[in-house]
Amino acid sequence: MRVLATIILFIVTSVFCLNVTDLPVIGDPDSAPNSHVTPHYIEFSEEDTGSPNIVTGVLADYRGFDTLWETTVMFIAGLTAVIILSKNREERFLKKKKGDKK
Amino acid sequence: MKKKYGSSVLDISFRIITPFTLIYGVYVYLNGEISPGGGFQAGALLAVGVVLARLIMGAENKIYNVSGRSAVILAGVGTFIYALTGWVTMLRGGKFLDYGFLPFAIGSHGGHMWPALHATGILFIELGVTLCVMMTIIDILDVVVERTDIE
Repeated sequence: MRVLATIILFIVTSVFCLNVTDLPVIGDPDSAPNSHVTPHYIEFSEEDTGSPNIVTGVLADYRGFDTLWETTVMFIAGLTAVIILSKNREERFLKKKKGDKK
Repeated sequence: MKKKYGSSVLDISFRIITPFTLIYGVYVYLNGEISPGGGFQAGALLAVGVVLARLIMGAENKIYNVSGRSAVILAGVGTFIYALTGWVTMLRGGKFLDYGFLPFAIGSHGGHMWPALHATGILFIELGVTLCVMMTIIDILDVVVERTDIE
């Protein structure tokens, strides 16, 4: 099992290492992340979104749907903590058990 | 200045740092669309203010406090405000979260309607994000403290 894990790890690592050379150079103006929608954001962000800050424009306006679910994830995380740790729930649960015994 | 909260360190923290943290949180929220920052950071700052007050005062803190139950409800309300902004624009004929279709704008961007509407939309969704983040932090703290009291 150990030998198998080592072989798989070696293969995965070498695949990653081989692919590093295909990544675009940092700062290359013709690379995929710098050529698709980024120029539009930089040029029209202020008149499109009314925000002088491009980051806020992208986060809240162009990518608003993404941020909605980000917020929902945060809400669900808090709700889960409350559901798991809440004292009230435990009391209610224990009371129900006692009622079943009666 | 009468010392009410134990030592002078706690006194200064409660009287000065807590209100300033809360005010700074509101500033980060309102300034969010102009400078780096926004809903998430503002929510964390407001929550820090409330948590600090609670750490100093404990259970008898009545000034800067949100109870655990209302924190859960308000976190949901925050998420709902965000979704509501999307639904309002949908009902007025636009796409989901297409702020150009909002019924009113706060402020004016040199008389241009489109950027003003979008800035208003950003302000509303960041209100939702701020509420959600702040109340989530507070309600996690609340249930953890509650649990420590039991054992």
